[in-house]
Amino acid sequence: MQRKKTGQDRKRHNLRNYLQNNWQLYVLLLVPVAFVLIFKYAAYPGLRIAFMNYKPAKGYAGSPWVGFEIFQKIFRDKDFLRALKNSLVFNFLDLMVGFPVPVILALLLNELRFEKYKKVSQTILYLPHFLSWVIIASVALNLFKPETGLVNILLRNTGAIQQGIPFLTEKWHWAVTYLLIGVWQNMGWGSIIYLAAITGISMDLYEAATIDGAGRLRKIWNVTLPCIRGTMVTLLIMNLGRVMGSNFERLDSFGNVQVKDFQYQLAIYIYEKGLSGGNFSRATAVGLFQSLVGLILVLSSDRVSKALGEDGLL
Amino acid sequence: MTSAPAEKKASMFKGVNRVRVSDFVIAFVILLLSLTCIIPFIHIAAKSISSNTAVLSKKVYLWPVGFNLEAYASIFKDGQLTHSMVYTIWMTFLFTLIGMVITTLAAYPLARRELKGRTVIAFILMFTMYFSAGLIPEYLLYKDLKLLNTMWVLVLPLSFSPYNMLIMRSFIRSTIPDSLYEAANLDGADHFQILTRVVLPLSKPILATLSLFYAVGRWNAYADAKYYITTKSLQPLQYLLSNMVLNSGQDAVSLSEAAAAESTPEVLQAAVVMFATLPIMMVYPFVQKYFVQGTMIGAVKG
Repeated sequence: MQRKKTGQDRKRHNLRNYLQNNWQLYVLLLVPVAFVLIFKYAAYPGLRIAFMNYKPAKGYAGSPWVGFEIFQKIFRDKDFLRALKNSLVFNFLDLMVGFPVPVILALLLNELRFEKYKKVSQTILYLPHFLSWVIIASVALNLFKPETGLVNILLRNTGAIQQGIPFLTEKWHWAVTYLLIGVWQNMGWGSIIYLAAITGISMDLYEAATIDGAGRLRKIWNVTLPCIRGTMVTLLIMNLGRVMGSNFERLDSFGNVQVKDFQYQLAIYIYEKGLSGGNFSRATAVGLFQSLVGLILVLSSDRVSKALGEDGLL
Repeated sequence: MTSAPAEKKASMFKGVNRVRVSDFVIAFVILLLSLTCIIPFIHIAAKSISSNTAVLSKKVYLWPVGFNLEAYASIFKDGQLTHSMVYTIWMTFLFTLIGMVITTLAAYPLARRELKGRTVIAFILMFTMYFSAGLIPEYLLYKDLKLLNTMWVLVLPLSFSPYNMLIMRSFIRSTIPDSLYEAANLDGADHFQILTRVVLPLSKPILATLSLFYAVGRWNAYADAKYYITTKSLQPLQYLLSNMVLNSGQDAVSLSEAAAAESTPEVLQAAVVMFATLPIMMVYPFVQKYFVQGTMIGAVKG
C-alpha cells in the first residue's frame, strides 16, 4: 500500500513537471486542431442528410428522416450505376497504363550517361505535373481538334488520313486520349520516387554482376528491378487503394457533350446531381458511399502492404 | 541531397565503360518523351503571336508566322484576365502564408518525441485526409460559416495540408538533433523560443519547399471555385480560363466583343492559354529542384 501511494505521487509529480515544461506545445497545437475542427470536422454532421429527405428550403429541422431509403434509391439509379462503373473502369485502366510507365522512364533515366542532358530532360519531363488540368486540357484541345488541331493537320499533310480524328469529341477516342494524357502528365514526376530508390542500390551489386559477365539488360533485370520491387509494390497497392476516387478537375476539363457516356464518373455525378441539380440527399449519400469504400480500400491496402513486408502508407 | 555521393560513385563506375549504341537509343527515347512535354507549348506560343490569316490557313507550326501581338493587346484591354491574375496572386499569397503558419504550428510539437498524446493529435489532424465529408456537407458548412462567394472560401478550408505537415515533421526530426534541444533547454529557452530561434532558422529549405507546394497547388486548383463561387470578380484565373476556353455552356465567358473582334478565336484562345501558363513556366525552372527535394523527404516517412 505504502509503496503504491508513493508511486502514484511520483506519477502525479511527473505529470505536473511535464506540463510545466511542455504546456506550450499544446498551445501551439491548438491552432491547427481548431482549424481542422472548424473547416473539416464540422462538416461531418452534415452527412446525416444522406439519411433524410433534405430540402434546402426547409433546412435540417424541417426535413424528414428516411433511414436507408436514399441508399436504396441510388443503387437503383441508372446514372449512379453508370458513374460508378465508369469510375472503377477508368481508375483501373489509369493504373494499368499509368503504373509501368514511370518505372520504365526511371530505368531509362538511370541508364542515361550524359549527365547534363539527363538533368535538362528531367526538368522538362517534370513540367506537366506543375500545370493545372485546365491548361493541359486547353493545350490538348488546341492540338487535337479535328479541323484545326496541330496533330490532325500534320496527319492530313502526310496523307495518312483524309478526315480529322475526333480525339476528344468521340467517346472511344476520348477514352484513349484521356488515359494517355493522364500517363503523360504523371510519367516524369512519378519516376522521381523510383530514381530515389535506384540511387539507394549498392554499387557492389552492379560490380559483382559485371564480374559475372552480366550485360546492361541483365543488370537491369537481375539487380535494379529486384531492388526497387519494394517501392513498386508499395506504390501499386497505394494506388489500388485509390481506385474509388475521381479527380473532378481532370474530368471537368476534358468533358464535353459528346463524351458524356464515359466522362460521367462519381465526382461529376455528385457535382451535377448535388450542386447543380439541388438533390442534396442523393449526392451526399453517393459521397458517403465513395468515402467509406475509399477508406476501407486504403486501410486494406495498407494491411496487405505491411503483410507483404513492405512499408505501409499509414 | 543524400543522393549526391551515390550519383558520383555511379558515374565514376559507368565511366569505365565506353559509350555504346544503346546509350544513344536511350538518349533518343528520352529526347522524344521530352519533346512531347514542350512542343505543345511552343506551338501554342507561336500561334498566339501569329497573324490571324496565317493561323486560319494552318501555316503555323512551331514558329510564328506574320508576327502580331493583337491578341495580347485585347487581353490587356479587356482587363478580365489581368484583374483575375492580380487577384489570384494575392489569394495564393494569403493561402500560402496561412497554410505555412498552421503547418509549422502542427509540425514542431508533433516532431518532439516527448509530447504526450502525439499519436492521438496526429490522428485527429490526418483523419480528414482519408475520410472526407464530401462535397455537399462541406458546401452546407461553408454556407453556414458565410464563406460562400467570398475569397476566404478559397483561402481557408484547403490551407492546411496534413501531407505537407508530415513532410515538415520528418524534416525537423531528421535535421535537428535532440542535443540541440537540450542545449537550448539548459539556456532556459521555452518551446516558443526554441521554435522561433532554433527550429525555424534551421528549417529554411523545407519552408521554401512547402511554400511552393502550397502556392502551386492553390494556383492550379479551380474545383472549389466552381463549387463555391458565383461572383465573376472573385473567380481565380484557372476557373476563368476554364470558362473561356473549355466551357461553351451557360457559364461561358468571353472577352468583350470590341476586344475580341480584333483577333480570331483561335489566336485569342492561344493567347489566353499562354497568359495563364506563362507565370508557372517562368518560375518553374528555378523552383523545380525544391519540389524534387520535398517529394524525396515525403517518400521517406518519419
